[in-house]
Order: sequence, then structure tokens, then C-alpha cells
Amino acid sequence: MTGPLLQVEELHKSFGDLEVLKGVDMTLDRGHKTAIIGPSGCGKSTMLRCINYMERPTQGHIHLDGELFGETQSDGAYKPMNEKGLARQRAHVGMVFQGFYLWPHLCARDNIGIGPMKVRGISKAQANELADAMLEKVHMSHKANEFPERLSGGQQQRVAIARALAQQPKLMLFDEPTSALDPELIGEVLNVIQELAEEGRSMVLVTHEIRFAREVADHVIFLHDGVIVEEGPPKQVIDNPQHERLRAFLRQIVEH
Amino acid sequence: MIEDLKGFLSVYAENWHDWGPQIYEAIWVTIQLTIASFSLAVVLGLLLAVGKLSNIGLVRGFCTAYIEIARGVPALAVLFLLYFGLVPLGIVFDAFTAGAIGLGMSAAGYIAEVFRAGIQAIHKGQREAALAVGMTPMMTFRHIILPQAIRIILPPMLNMVILLLKDTSICSLISTDELMLRAKDLAMMSFLPMHLFLLAGAIYFCLSWPLSLITRKIENLMQRGRRQTFGG
Amino acid sequence: MDAFFTKLMTLGGPLLLGAGTTVAITISALLVAVVLGLALALIRLLNIHPLNWLIATYVEIFRNTPVLAQVFIIYFSLPYLGVNINPFPAAVIGLGLNGGAMLTEVFRAGLNAIHFGQREAALSVGMTPWMSLRYIILPQTWRITLPPLGNYAIALLKDTAVVSAIAAPEIMFWARNLVTSTFETTFVYILAALLYFCLSFPLARLVDGFERRQRAWQ
Repeated sequence: MTGPLLQVEELHKSFGDLEVLKGVDMTLDRGHKTAIIGPSGCGKSTMLRCINYMERPTQGHIHLDGELFGETQSDGAYKPMNEKGLARQRAHVGMVFQGFYLWPHLCARDNIGIGPMKVRGISKAQANELADAMLEKVHMSHKANEFPERLSGGQQQRVAIARALAQQPKLMLFDEPTSALDPELIGEVLNVIQELAEEGRSMVLVTHEIRFAREVADHVIFLHDGVIVEEGPPKQVIDNPQHERLRAFLRQIVEH
Repeated sequence: MIEDLKGFLSVYAENWHDWGPQIYEAIWVTIQLTIASFSLAVVLGLLLAVGKLSNIGLVRGFCTAYIEIARGVPALAVLFLLYFGLVPLGIVFDAFTAGAIGLGMSAAGYIAEVFRAGIQAIHKGQREAALAVGMTPMMTFRHIILPQAIRIILPPMLNMVILLLKDTSICSLISTDELMLRAKDLAMMSFLPMHLFLLAGAIYFCLSWPLSLITRKIENLMQRGRRQTFGG
Repeated sequence: MDAFFTKLMTLGGPLLLGAGTTVAITISALLVAVVLGLALALIRLLNIHPLNWLIATYVEIFRNTPVLAQVFIIYFSLPYLGVNINPFPAAVIGLGLNGGAMLTEVFRAGLNAIHFGQREAALSVGMTPWMSLRYIILPQTWRITLPPLGNYAIALLKDTAVVSAIAAPEIMFWARNLVTSTFETTFVYILAALLYFCLSFPLARLVDGFERRQRAWQ
């Protein structure tokens, strides 16, 4: 199919009186990686969560692979999609959360297998096979039978990445995947994400790790107060920032 | 529909001069019964809790057995045993006393567990830390142990009061002249069971609901206090 | 000694029969309470305004009135509305409605104890809200609510004693009848208490064991 993989048009999101996103656009081509950076509260997580309709945008539209996401359109009018249709679309988008959110009542293998089993209706044997393959990708094969509580934060996050991969998603969303981790555990998770990036997967990444964003992404968006202040290739945005706000933000990051 | 309701309510108005004084009197008995049984349960429960942590095997065994039995036998069975079952042995209680003792003995098993949980929840290290900063054992108890224990113990205690208040109704079955029995007697005499049992239910609700609200409020307060204490 | 055993046999028989009814009432009312409590807790999750309010009112009323009053109202008042009801179903309905109110709160606490992120993760892999409830939330809710559910079952077993007041033929009902016919007051009531203990004690051990295992997990 031609055209971009992901298109975000004029995205607005308000929580009550608070407008968190004030009209954001972005385009992502197949195999490309965009990193969204910005100070806390700038709306970057909200933007990511709107892409797979974890949050329903107040205004604006999302297209994934040319298909309108989370809404149906007839005669120019947009209507929210029903839960079944939404679930079907979300199955194409893998999401990795800051808080991992592994399901504590299932072992690592079942955490990965249950989605494909229930959503796509594959057999238990196939689900196990798929889960084991995904665990290998994140170097967690030796912990397949462990329950989340017995895993370190880094290990939990790698299993969560494997869970998202098992959806065989067109697009991967990472919502600050290392922010909840102890410093010594960040590396193992970033390594896994980098390996996925090198496979040519399409991804959108919200992160505080500027150096990592610079290495992995081919496009960086700096979000401030709900608007895109600056964007472009990482070398340009991070090494040669134009906007004063971005410069202040980067200085602060380096100092810490 | 509205007419039906009006008719239903007018029955209360017509009979109130007869029912009112009797019901008031019975409410008072219910409250006394609640207070008496709760007081007994607290005293007995405290003794049992301390006894269960005792070093003397016999005391510990007795208290453990008592708690288990009290938690496993319905209060009604205890009431029947006390009020009717001891008469052949020459032990005779009036219905109020039997009710208060029976409910109190039954509740003591739970209260003991509440106390025990409160005592054990406070880490030994806290006592040692208090002594280390130079507090006397008395000061330690007063300023360190007690405030924390109250936090743990108070909400389940208040719940126990509510439980006992509702449970006093079963004393009607051993003829304690409290609210439920009076309602039942009036219902039989007037042939208006629905009116009187609804009335009784409404009165119990009016007594119990405020207690429930207060308990919930205190539960929330205590929880907030604890979170602050542990810096979570 | 022989006389003691003869007494035990003649009095124990009817009481055992009553114990059967006690167990039957407990299980039936437990079933009603679990279904009702779970359904209402789930409906409250939907946060539909008038329903929310109605359920909360039901819970408050049944939690703040004696179960004996509830059973009396059902048993003596339904005939007043033209519905005749036997003691056994009246007991099951009364205890079940009472338990439904208790368990609504138990299940609600259990459902709320599960972090919202778990649900989001389920939606993100393409599960529908129903699937996330069925495969992710409810299995965990069961595990959290099992100890309070067990404690409720014990309380319910003991509460069945009050339905002797509407002549449901359970342990206390038979005990009272035996006393009027044999005058073995002390013996019969001790036997009755013992019988309840024999029913509830294993249940209490089961709950204790499960609580201990759960604490070990955490």
C-alpha cells in the first residue's frame, strides 16, 4: 500500500477545562521511527495514547495504513467506532507502557500468548509457540514460566515488549518505557528497543532518554504546552536546536 | 399508587398514640443492650488477646479455643444455651442479661482477633527505637504504640458496634423485650406485620446508618494517616 | 454411658437432619448472594447514574438493618401482597438479598484493587472491554475476593440460625422442637452449638490457609 503508515491530523485533547493538545500533526512512513520529547506535562504521553485511542481525541483524526482509526465516516460525518471495531484496530498497534502492566495472574508466556489466543483465536499450542519466539527476541526465554512478581522491572518491561510484538503490529508505541526503571535496568530495555528499530519496525517513542532518541529515531518532535515547537532529524533538532524553549529543555536534561 | 401509599402511611398516624411510647421504650432497650454487650466484648476480647499471646501454654490454649469456638458458633445458639440451656443446672438469667452476656461472649472472639492484629502490626523495632531515644516504657506505650494501635483497631471496633446493634434483634427470640420483639408483638396484636417490621427496619437503619457513615469517614482518615506515616 | 449414647442417637438424628437444611440454605443463599453481588458490582463499574444510586441505596439499606428484620419482612409481608411463601425460599431470599449487599461491596473492592493499567494493556493488545473483564480482571478479582468471600460464607452459615424464627427446619428449629418434647434443654443446645462448630470450623481453617498462602505471595 502506498501513503504513510500513520497520519495524525489536527489532534486536540482536553480534560475538562484543561487543553492538553492544541492541534498536533504528524506523519510516519513505514519502517520509520519518531521520538517525541518534551518536559513533563507537555502532552507527549497523551498524544501517544490518542494514537491508539486509549484516549479519545477531542478533535482531529488518526489514520493508520490509510484507514480511519477509532471512528467511522459516512457522508462526511464522523462517529465513534464501537468497541469491537476499536479492538480489531488496536490489535494492529502494539503499546508498551511506562508501568509495564503485565497481568499478575499469568506467567510470562501466558501474558504474551493470551492476546493472540483470544483476539485472533489461535490455538493454545500456537500461542505458546508464538510466545516462546517473542521471549527469545527480548532475551527472556529462561523466564517463560515465571510470574511477573518474580521478575525485575527491566525483565517485566521486556516481557511487556514481547507481549506487544506478539500482536504482529504494524506500529509500535512506547510510552516512556524506561521511566519507571532503576538506572541499572534501563540499558537492557533500551537494547531490546534498539534491536527492534534495526529490524525496520515502525515506531513512535515517547522518552526522556535524549541520547537514545538521537540514536534510534530518524525524526524527533519537541512538544511544549500541547503544540509542536520544533521537529526534524535528530541531528538537527538535538544537536542544533533553534527554539529557545528546546535549548532550555536540553540544557536541563544534560545537567541531570 | 400515591393513594395506596397515603393509605399505608395513614395506618401509622392512626396507631401512633398506641405504638409510639412502646417503640420508644424498646429502642432504649436495644441501645442499652448494644452498649452492654459491646462493653463486655471489649473487656473479654482484650483479656483473650493478651491471653493468646501469653507464655503459659494452658492460658494460650484456652484463649485460642475460646476464640475459635466463639467465631464458629452462631450468637443465637449461645443465647439459647445461656437462657434456656442452663436452667436445669440452676443457672437462671433474665432475658436482658442473657442477651447481653451471650452477644458479648460471642463478639469477644472477633474483638480478640482485632486487638491481636493491632498489637502484632506494630514492629518490635519501633519500641526499641523509642527506648533508644530515651523514652520510658510508659512513654513508649503512650506516644508510640497506642496511637498506631488505635488507628488499626478503631475501624473494626466501630464495625463491631454496628454488627452488635443489628444482632440485638435476635435477642427477641429469647424474649428480651427489645425493638424486634416489641415490633413482633405489636404486629401479632394489630395484624399489621408489614407496617411494624418495616417500621422496625427503618428504626434500625436510622440507628445504624450514621454509625456506618462515621466509621467510613474514620477509615478513610486512618488510611490517609498511615500513608503519610510510611511515606508511600 | 449407655444412656448417654441412647440420648445422643435419639436427639442427634433430628439435629443432623436440621444440619442438612442449614447447609442447603447456606449454599442456596450463598449462590444468590454471589450472583447478585457480582452483577451489581459490575453494573456499578458502568457508572450509569440512576442505577448507581439505586444499587448504593440497596446496599446501604441491607447492610444497616438486621437480617432478622429482612427475613420477617419477606416472610410475613409477601402474603400481605398476595404472595404465599414457604419458610425455606423466604430464608434463602432474605439471606441472599442480605448477602448480595455485603458482597456487592466485597466485589467492588476487589475490582477496584486491580490497577486500571491492566485493563489498558488488555485493550492495547486488541481485547474488547468484555474480553479484558473476562480474561484479565475477573480472574484476579476472584483471587482477591476469595478470603472475604470465605469469611462471608462462615457468617452466613451462622446467620442461618435466625431463620428458625420463621420455622425453616434447620438446626435451631429442630433444637427448639426437641427441647419442648424431651426437656433435654442443656444437652440439646450444647449439641446444636457443637454441630454449628463442626460445620464452620473446617471452613474457617480453609479461609485461614488461603489467606496465609496469599500473604506468602505478596
